[in-house]
Amino acid sequence: MDASSAEAATDNESANEPLLAVDDLHVEFRIEDGVVKAVNGLSYSVGRGETLAILGESGSGKSVSAQAVMGLIDSPPGFITNGSIMFGGQDLLTMDAAQRRAVRGEKIAMIFQDALSSLNPVFSVGWQISEMYRTHRGMSRRAAKAEAIKAMERVKIPDAARRVGAHPHEFSGGMRQRIMIAMALSLDPDVLIADEPTTALDVTVQAQVMDLLKELQEDTGMGLILITHDLGVVADVADRLVVMYAGRGVEQGTMHDVFSRPAHPYTEGLMHSIPRSDVHVDRLQPIHGNPPDLLRIPSGCAFRTRCPYVVERCRDEIPEPVQIGAPVSADATRSSSCFQWEEVVGHD
Amino acid sequence: MGRYIIRRVLQLIPVFIGATFLIFAMVFALPGDPIRALAGERSQSESVREALREEYNLNDPLPVQYAKYVGGLAKGDFGADFRGRPVSDTIKQRVPITARLALVAFLFEVIIGVAAGMLAGIRQRGFFDSLVLISTLTVISIPIFVLGFLAQITFGLRLGIVPVAGIKQGWVSYILPGLVLGSVSLAYVARLTRSSLIDNLKADYVRTAVSKGLSSRRVVGVHTLRNSLIPVVTYLGIDLGALLGGAIITESVFNIPGVGGAVFDGVIRQEGTTVVGLTTFIIIVYMGMTLLVDILYAVLDPRIRYD
Repeated sequence: MDASSAEAATDNESANEPLLAVDDLHVEFRIEDGVVKAVNGLSYSVGRGETLAILGESGSGKSVSAQAVMGLIDSPPGFITNGSIMFGGQDLLTMDAAQRRAVRGEKIAMIFQDALSSLNPVFSVGWQISEMYRTHRGMSRRAAKAEAIKAMERVKIPDAARRVGAHPHEFSGGMRQRIMIAMALSLDPDVLIADEPTTALDVTVQAQVMDLLKELQEDTGMGLILITHDLGVVADVADRLVVMYAGRGVEQGTMHDVFSRPAHPYTEGLMHSIPRSDVHVDRLQPIHGNPPDLLRIPSGCAFRTRCPYVVERCRDEIPEPVQIGAPVSADATRSSSCFQWEEVVGHD
Repeated sequence: MGRYIIRRVLQLIPVFIGATFLIFAMVFALPGDPIRALAGERSQSESVREALREEYNLNDPLPVQYAKYVGGLAKGDFGADFRGRPVSDTIKQRVPITARLALVAFLFEVIIGVAAGMLAGIRQRGFFDSLVLISTLTVISIPIFVLGFLAQITFGLRLGIVPVAGIKQGWVSYILPGLVLGSVSLAYVARLTRSSLIDNLKADYVRTAVSKGLSSRRVVGVHTLRNSLIPVVTYLGIDLGALLGGAIITESVFNIPGVGGAVFDGVIRQEGTTVVGLTTFIIIVYMGMTLLVDILYAVLDPRIRYD
C-alpha cells in the first residue's frame, strides 16, 4: 500500500497539470420549500491515470457535483452559483451548449448506479453503443456495429458478436454495467465518472466490475472518479479520496493517509462505523445523529451537531480546508476542514 | 415473435365466441315476435309464420341457432334481413363509408394529437402546454353533438369552406365529421402523449443519452419518443377499432350513411339479423385491431415478447 501510494504521488508530479479540476463549486436547487444547498464549495482535481474516490452518504452532494461536471443538472431548479470546472484549459461552466456537448461522451463520460434503468429499454445494447460512433464519429451503421462488438469484447462480455443485438433486460446486472462501461469508454474519454457503479450489484459481481474498471484505466490512462458511499468498494482501487459532508469536501488526501490517520471527525466516525478485517473491534460505533437538512444547514461547521470534538468556534465559523503536511503526510493535497484536526489525528 | 402472435390469435377465439354469443342471446331475448313484426299491419296465416320460423331456424333452441349462425359466418354468410337482403351486402355498402370517416378522424388524432402532446410535453408549464391542456379539456367537456353543430355552423355555413353534411362531395365531405369524430380522442391522445413524454424525460436512460453527448433533438426524438409512444399506440389502436365500429351520433349529425346508423336502424326496427351481423362484423374488426396493437406493442417494446 505504501509503495503504490508513493508511486501514485510521483505520477501526479510528472503530470504537471490535472486533467480535470473542480474549484469552489456551489450548486443549489431552488424549490418551493426553499433553497437546497447541495454543493457548497467543493474542490478537487484528478490527473491522468489517477483514481479519485468521492465518498459520502446520500445527500452529501457527491452525485450532484458529478452531474455538474457532466452538465446534467436541469436548470431550473438546479443552479451552479459559483466555482469553475477546468478541463483541457477551459472552464466547462462558461462553455456554450454545443461546446459542452462535444466534451460529453467524447472527453468526459459517466456511468450510473442502476444500469437497467440507465440503458434505453427499447434499443439493443449494440445499437446504444454504436450510437456513440455514429453520432460522434459519423460512422456507418455497419462499421459502428463492428466497433460496438469490439467495445463489448473489451469489457469481457462473452460471445459479444452474438449478443450485440440483445436488449438490456436480457443481460444480468453485472453484464449490464459492463455494457454501460463499454458505452462510456467507446470514444476513449480522458475522464470517466462512475456514480455508485457497483451499488446495485451482488458483492462478488461488485469486485469483478471494480477490477475491470481498474484494468481498463491502466490500459487507457484515463482519470477515474469513483463516487460511492461504500468505503470497502474504493479501498483497493482509489489513489486519492475526497470525503464529502453536507456539500463540502471535508477531508482530502491519499487513500492510505486518510485510511490510516483520518484528520476529520466525520471521516474518523466513518472508519469506526464499518467493520475492518485488519483491526479487531468488539462493537462498531455509529455516528450519532442525522445528516443535516440541506434546506437548513447549521451555521459554522455542518458536522458540529454530531461531532465529539466540537468547540465554541465551530458554531460561528465555517472551517476552511487546512493543508496538512509533514509529519502527518507527504502528500501536498492532504487537507482537512476541521479546526481540531490535530487532535483528531492524534486520537486513535 | 411467431409464438407470441399465435398465442395472441388463440386468445381471441374465446373472446370472439363470448362476445358474439352475448349479442346473439341478447337479441334473442328481446321482447316481441320478429315474424309478426315482419308482417307489420298485414294479416299473416299461422302456416306462413311457421314456414318463416323454420326458414330462419327460429324453432331451434338458442345454442343450436347460435351454432348454425357461426357455421354460416365461417362461409362468409352473415344471414339476411327480413326483406331477404344479405346482411353482408349492408356491410359492403356501409363499411367503406365508415372506414373513410374513421380514417380521416384517425389521421387528425395521430397527426395533431401526437404533435400537440409532444410540443406540450417538451416545454412543460410553457405557453403551448397550457394552451394544449385548456383546449383539450374544453373539447373533452363538450358533448360531441354540440361540437358537431358548432363545426357545421362555423366551417360549413359561416365560412363555407367544407360541406355541411352528406357525402356527395367525396373526401372533402369527410373532413368536418372526421375532425368532430376524432376531436375527443385527439384530446386524449395529446394529453396521453404529453404525460408519457414528461414521465419518460425524467427517466434514467434520458440522463444517459444526454451524458453520451447527443443533441437534445436526438435525446427527445429518438430515445424518449419511442418509449413515450408505447401507451399512445395502444390507445390509438383500440380507438381505431372503435372508430371502425361506426359512430352513431356523428353519423346522424352529418347525415353519413355508415355502420353506426345501420346498427341504430336495425335496433329500432328489431331486425335481429342486421344487428347481430353488423355487431359481429364490428367485433371482428375490433379484435383485429387489438391483435395489431399487441403486435405493434411487441415491436415497440422488446421486453413484451417474453411475458
